[in-house]
Amino acid sequence: MQDLRDIWVYLSASPLLHLTLTLVAYLVGNWIYRKGKMNPLLNPVLIAVTIVVACLLLTGTSYRDYFDGAQFVHFLLGPATVALAIPLYRQFEKVRRSGFAILASILAGSLTAMATAIGIGLLLGGSNDTLVSLAPKSVTAAVAMGISEQLGGLPSLTAVLVILTGILGAMLGPFVLNLLRIKDWSARGLALGTASHGIGTARALQVNDVAGAFAGLAMGLNALATAVLLPVLWYWIF
Amino acid sequence: MLHYFTLILVCQLVGELLTTTLRLPVPGPVIGMVLLFCFLIFRGKIPVALEQTSDALLGNLSLLFVPAGVGVMLHFKLLEADMLPIGAALIVSTVLTIAVTALLMTWLGRRAGSPAGDGE
Repeated sequence: MQDLRDIWVYLSASPLLHLTLTLVAYLVGNWIYRKGKMNPLLNPVLIAVTIVVACLLLTGTSYRDYFDGAQFVHFLLGPATVALAIPLYRQFEKVRRSGFAILASILAGSLTAMATAIGIGLLLGGSNDTLVSLAPKSVTAAVAMGISEQLGGLPSLTAVLVILTGILGAMLGPFVLNLLRIKDWSARGLALGTASHGIGTARALQVNDVAGAFAGLAMGLNALATAVLLPVLWYWIF
Repeated sequence: MLHYFTLILVCQLVGELLTTTLRLPVPGPVIGMVLLFCFLIFRGKIPVALEQTSDALLGNLSLLFVPAGVGVMLHFKLLEADMLPIGAALIVSTVLTIAVTALLMTWLGRRAGSPAGDGE
C-alpha cells in the first residue's frame, strides 16, 4: 500500500498525470461525439469536463493541482486564436463583399448578448456580483475576465460562465438556426462565433469552412465590441 | 512547420506587447490574428507548412477549452445559489444572440443581393 501511495504522490506532482487525464477525457468525449454523428448535444468539451471533474472530485485533487499540468493544453488557446487568421484569409473575398452586413450583425448580436444577460439576471433576482460576471459571457475568456474585473465582478466566475455559454451555444445553436431556416453558412458561423466565442467556432470549423472562418471573425470583433460597449452600458443602467 | 509555429508565437507575442503598452481593449492573441492575417495578405498565399500547423492547432480546438472548463468545480456553490438567474440568462440570452445575429446577417445579405449559401 505504501508503494502505491508513493507512486500516486510522485505522479500527482508532475504535469504528466493531469495532462494525460485531459487528453484521454477529450478523446473519450470526441469518440462519443463522432459516434453520435456529431450531434451538437454530445458536445465533446462538456463530456471531457464532466469526466475530468468527476476524477478530480473522486481523488480529492484540487483545481490548482490539476491546472499545473493542464496549463500546457490551456496555453495553446493563444496560438490557436492567432491561427484563425488562416481560415479567415481563405474566405477573404466573401468577408470583404459583405463587410457592412457582418459589422452590423455582430454589433446587434453583441448588444443582445449583454442586454438580455443583464436583463434576465436582474429580473430573476441575481446578485450584483452575478450580474457583472454574467454580462460579458459571450466573449472569449481573456477579454470577459478583464471586463468583469474592471466592473467589479468575479473574473474566475466569469471564466466559468464563458465556458458554459460556449458549450450551450455549440449545443443549442444548430437547432435554433435550423428552426429559423438559416441556411447561409456565413450567417450560421457569424451567429455561433458572436454568441459562443471559441467553443462555437470550434463547432463551426468542424461542420463547414465558411462557417468556421466567419465564426472566428465574429469572435474577434465581438470581443472588441463588448470591451468597448459593456462598461458604457453598465454605468448607464446602474 | 517549426518556422510557422514560431511565426504564430511571434504574432501572439507582438499582439500581447501591443495590447499591454497601448492598453487596447482586445486580447493579445486577437491582435496576433490580425498580424498573421496581414502577413498572409502580404504573401498573397498560404504557405503549405503554415496550413499544416494551423490545421493541427484548430483541428482539436475544443480540447483547448477543457482545462478552463474544469474550473467550473471552483464555483459549484455560487452556481447552485444563483442557479435560476444564471441558468435562464445563459440559455435564453445565448439563443437570442444566435437568432438576432443570424437573422440580421441573412436579411442584410439578401438585401445586398448576394446569393444565398447552401444548407446543412
